[in-house]
Amino acid sequence: MEIDLSQFHAVFFEESFEGLDVMEQELLNLEEDTDLENVNTIFRAAHSIKGGSATFSFGQVAEFTHVMETLLDEMRDGKRAISREIIDLLLKSVDCLRGMLNKLQDGDEVSNDYVELVNYFNQLLNNNSVSTEQVDSSDARGGNSGSSFQGESLNRFSILFAPENYILQTGNEPIRMFKELSSLGSLQVETDLSKVPSFADLDPELCFISWQLKLDTGMDQLAVKEVFEWVEDDCKLEITSFGEENIEPDDTVDQGVEQGVEKIENPQVENTAAESFSTGDNTLVEPQKKLVPIKKEPAKVAAAKKSTTTASIRVGIDKVDTLIDLVGELVITQSMLGELGDNFEMSKVEQLINGLRELEANTRELQESVMRIRMLPIGFVFNRLPRMVRDLSAQLGKKIDLNIIGEDTELDKTVMEQIGDPLTHLVRNALDHGVESIEKRLAAGKSETGNVTLTAFHQGGNIIIEIKDDGAGIDPQIIYNKAVEKGMIEDGIDIPSEQIISMIMEPGFSTAEVVSDVSGRGVGMDVVKRNINNLGGSVDISSVLGEGTTFTIRLPLTLAILDGQLVRSANEIYVIPLASIVESIPLTSIQVTRIAGDMPVYKNDNEYIPIVDLCDEFEIMHDRQTSNEGLVAIVEGENRKIAIKIDELLGQQQVVIKSLESHYKSLQGVSGATILGDGRVSLILDIVGLSKRSVERVSQKKNKVA
Amino acid sequence: MTADIQDILNEQSENLAALNRDIAEEDKGSQFLSFDIGGEEFAVNILSVQEIRGWEHPTFLPNSPVYIKGVLNLRGTIVPVMDLRNRFRFKRADYLDTTVIIILKHKNGEKERLMGCVVDGVSDVFNMEDSDIGEVPSYGSGVDSRFTAGVMTVSDHAVTLLELSNLLNLDLIDHPYTGVANV
Repeated sequence: MEIDLSQFHAVFFEESFEGLDVMEQELLNLEEDTDLENVNTIFRAAHSIKGGSATFSFGQVAEFTHVMETLLDEMRDGKRAISREIIDLLLKSVDCLRGMLNKLQDGDEVSNDYVELVNYFNQLLNNNSVSTEQVDSSDARGGNSGSSFQGESLNRFSILFAPENYILQTGNEPIRMFKELSSLGSLQVETDLSKVPSFADLDPELCFISWQLKLDTGMDQLAVKEVFEWVEDDCKLEITSFGEENIEPDDTVDQGVEQGVEKIENPQVENTAAESFSTGDNTLVEPQKKLVPIKKEPAKVAAAKKSTTTASIRVGIDKVDTLIDLVGELVITQSMLGELGDNFEMSKVEQLINGLRELEANTRELQESVMRIRMLPIGFVFNRLPRMVRDLSAQLGKKIDLNIIGEDTELDKTVMEQIGDPLTHLVRNALDHGVESIEKRLAAGKSETGNVTLTAFHQGGNIIIEIKDDGAGIDPQIIYNKAVEKGMIEDGIDIPSEQIISMIMEPGFSTAEVVSDVSGRGVGMDVVKRNINNLGGSVDISSVLGEGTTFTIRLPLTLAILDGQLVRSANEIYVIPLASIVESIPLTSIQVTRIAGDMPVYKNDNEYIPIVDLCDEFEIMHDRQTSNEGLVAIVEGENRKIAIKIDELLGQQQVVIKSLESHYKSLQGVSGATILGDGRVSLILDIVGLSKRSVERVSQKKNKVA
Repeated sequence: MTADIQDILNEQSENLAALNRDIAEEDKGSQFLSFDIGGEEFAVNILSVQEIRGWEHPTFLPNSPVYIKGVLNLRGTIVPVMDLRNRFRFKRADYLDTTVIIILKHKNGEKERLMGCVVDGVSDVFNMEDSDIGEVPSYGSGVDSRFTAGVMTVSDHAVTLLELSNLLNLDLIDHPYTGVANV
């Protein structure tokens, strides 16, 4: 029976990427703390990727993880010291694997980039005599292994493999094991069919075959034995070593592999065996080649393909259980109410009210826990940062500690997906511009190591993310001069320093004296700000010269719910996002003046705030007589304020945001719609869009006049 | 005994055959829903009708053209409502007890979209073969020719078939301040 394995691919990729993330994190932990448990975790992750990829015939991935695993195994057994070089190598392997898996996921061919790393691994592994001191110097290693490769020592094993006849039922497939053996070296297989009964007596589910294998490999007996790890108890296994021999690989060996494999009559294996041998061949041809950093390519591929995958969510079982409990409650309440309705008397009205109250509570809880399903801990985003900080601080020649606080703080998946890039950018900025070089730090009397702290916590309906560095801080004077130079402000104007600092988030603003590889091109901060604003959030900067800078990102927990202020204009009810409201003032107590193009404005302290009357702006049909009643709500979006003229402030409530665009067009000035308690639709105002509209109209009027 | 069973089976298969014949008869051509707009009769293919609702005041959409009445809540989704009487420039557009909103489905690009259409009343459901649908005369109708697909004769009066791909096309709805929001 042929099973279509491709249906499991998505799961395999998802799990593998998770595994890679785990490996990356643990590798970084390993640097600080060489705990054996960490190595075990990494090993397990690598092992499941290997197993999975072999099952799905991703031979190259399996081959690659196999060599990784061998090295990890040595680390686990304490045979190999954990050095920074090894961690570097393993991190690069993680990148490389991620690239390979990305390509496979897209159905592309895997490039041969990984061969280089495999070679390097093999060199490292074959050099069994390498002592810890030698490992420390990568140059020495390159030289050493180069010379030792000339007369490579191969172990020759003779293996008798006679599985119990139920071996196939345990899900172990001899062909796969042979495949793996052939990846260790050259393999000859002889099949013993003597125990196979006559066809009439043959039970097709049992295995009557045993094998005699000859293996020439650079690995030791342990590595060979490991291939049989899962079947050890279900077979008769004898591995005898013929000792070491110096063998020059040549064509005859290659043929041997093919011949041997042919006997088990599987053309596919033949291919893989020959293929993996040829990579082994490469090793011999270019033994001197040193490890070159893997090209950036895989990462780019990863970014480009994101859109093609269908989004899925992994939900903790406890959340699902809560949901089931709640639905159960709901059903009980419903049946209770149903019974009540069947023979209702006025005397039962108390019971009815209680039941309805319970129903309301249940419904609200149900809504909350459904929302919670979309919530994931922000650790998913934070976790990719330590690696970046590590690489970047090495590149910049700075010493930086990254502290992460509150990685369990949960937020909506959609928000999280979109906050990743801005966050990365801000951390990069903190590393590049924030934290000073070691010399400068010492000169300023600070410790050599800079600190960057990421903090996440909930505050009201928002999640707050702080990125804090203890670097030089931002000098408002420099920003001021730069802004004058760029013609963004006029010289001599007095501006409060917070406002000056926030100018670094204007488009085209970069104060780094040297544009570095890392940041400083002047694109970025404005993009960060725009992205966060698009999510309905905001960024604040506070900076103390000489002590450091803190970026505070404030984001709504979810994009689906909004704290809204209901307002009435003529007969229409609109929702204004509560976060954007600055204040509301009765129309009678403000002074309305008219400026350019007959635009009514409200003068508040030193600023003129344009007044937008929703009835006029939206062309609402109304029979309102006087225009002096009602009030204005001062709202702010993207640092622009407008005063919205409304007739009445109604209640405040959380509203579920619905899209207008699913069946209609998007409208400027309206960000979406919601359904009120009475079932009617109410539109949610888009403050930024509204203020843009009013500004545009004024300029149009001006043009007409001119 | 076996003969009895045989008889029953025969009878059943005959019934089934007759039923199939009936269905096949029904199946010829397509079914249409006709409705009344300003005293004229119009029709759409019944497969594009999602449901019919009584008239209710939708929520006003800012700056909308006169034929876009607003949006309403269709079990949690926001569906726009278009008044076909205004769209076809009929003089009267009263909202009476018989006034209904027909929720129509249409493909707009890749997505299936819904639009509520206000009409004076639902008239009939009938079958019509494609060959019986004639061309719209180039004179006479005040309705924009892009919105009509053909004319059918149903029990001695003419019914105009509507071209939904144009009528419900969002690009043909001239709504100021649209599509510029999230740029």
